[in-house]
Amino acid sequence: MSDDTDMLELPLGDWHRAKGARMVSFAGYAMPIQYEGIMAEHQWTRESAGLFDVSHMGQLILSGEGVAAALEKLVPGDISALKEGRMRYSLLLGADGGVLDDLMVTATPTGLYVVVNGAVKHQDIAYLRANLPAAIDINHLEDRALLALQGPKAVEAISRVIPGVDQLYFMEADLFLWGEVPLWISRSGYTGEDGVEISVPAEEVQALADALCAQPEVKPIGLGARDSLRLEAGLPLYGHDMDPSTDPVEGNASFAISKRRREEGGFNGADRILKALAEGPSRKLVGLSVEGKMPVREGAPIFAGELQVGTVTSGGFAPSVGAPIAMGYVAAGHNSIGTALEAEVRGKRVPLAVAAMPFIPHRYHRRAISSQAKA
Amino acid sequence: MTRYFTDEHEWIEVEGTTATVGITDYAQGQLGDIVFAEVPAVGTTLSKGGDAAVVESVKAASDVYAPVSGTVTEGNDALADDPALVNSDPEGAGWFFKLELSDPSELDGLMDAAAYKAFVDSL
Repeated sequence: MSDDTDMLELPLGDWHRAKGARMVSFAGYAMPIQYEGIMAEHQWTRESAGLFDVSHMGQLILSGEGVAAALEKLVPGDISALKEGRMRYSLLLGADGGVLDDLMVTATPTGLYVVVNGAVKHQDIAYLRANLPAAIDINHLEDRALLALQGPKAVEAISRVIPGVDQLYFMEADLFLWGEVPLWISRSGYTGEDGVEISVPAEEVQALADALCAQPEVKPIGLGARDSLRLEAGLPLYGHDMDPSTDPVEGNASFAISKRRREEGGFNGADRILKALAEGPSRKLVGLSVEGKMPVREGAPIFAGELQVGTVTSGGFAPSVGAPIAMGYVAAGHNSIGTALEAEVRGKRVPLAVAAMPFIPHRYHRRAISSQAKA
Repeated sequence: MTRYFTDEHEWIEVEGTTATVGITDYAQGQLGDIVFAEVPAVGTTLSKGGDAAVVESVKAASDVYAPVSGTVTEGNDALADDPALVNSDPEGAGWFFKLELSDPSELDGLMDAAAYKAFVDSL
């Protein structure tokens, strides 16, 4: 058990405790790992709607003349092309093209709204400050909490509380008023399900969490299920599945390197990254299906015969799959889908196969292709 | 029959020189949903406090320690197909293994039910 005393408190800390959460230290904060149980919470989110408190994440507004072009030095996405109310997944790159964090960037009327991982937010901010021109303002929105409502019934439930949210499509965001409370809501998330993420003033988050949990579809869900849901959805966890030693191509995030950026380069590590795109990376983050019931977890070495060809970076039991699954880095030549490999767990070999991700199909509410063209 | 408890949250029920070992209700509650349990093979020699079995929840793997020294005489095969027995009946059908005690005097240092309850209440 963790020691409560050295953990920072988030606005909803006591709310979680009152709901019966078991609190653990995560990213330096006391956060709920589970309420009734990870398995039940996982299934509830896949079938109904789960409310996640992700207020530990860093919410930033980058603003100033030329902010999109400035940020493009540090990320490989086409930020300049982002229209207001649109968002994209991107990667903060070190000078060598290593991934310092993964993040979401949204174009808003006041600048770029950037959400970064809680565990690295302070170093991200320092890095951005050191590498963006002085004319670019970085506003860390420490007075805002962040909730995620995820699941097939999430949008139906929140639209009862905040009318109009159902008008958003996947990766779109807008400002909504809940009474007089301004909420920045995006149709996005980290579970593979439809749903939204809600930036809310910290002093209003408890009332909003109560209003959402008053909907019959909604239960609070802890970090344990958040991890099993994202693993099934094939979504990487920064610090585990990606870190400064991995580049975006190795990290299975080539989709985040926009077409124009591939042609023009001009971002950190472009030489290394564009070479890996052209020639294929020497290793790649892949999904792994696990034979049998024994979970294969982070750190387990992966073998092809006697040769170690990789390492597991995330793994565990997947409730919706009904079996253990994992993600890991596997060397070129051994990472095509279907390749039979073995992991070593407590001295025993466990059969694996390289698997397509996601393990559970995404159920995002996307715009039709025809409407994307004009959007 | 006498049931003893350890401060690592194992229980051990002793009859003569044979004993059955499992984890306590408190332990299963702390671990959460159990998805895998690995019990020791028959004939394995265990020493008091050493690794004896493994129990895995959705979140993490945990060791189950041998409450006393001895030789494994049976593992609970039912856990392979239904590891959730450890959640539903931790101090009954969710037992892990049986062993032949090599030094029954080691039992002297363990807690009885009342002492274990007081220990858990203090956590």
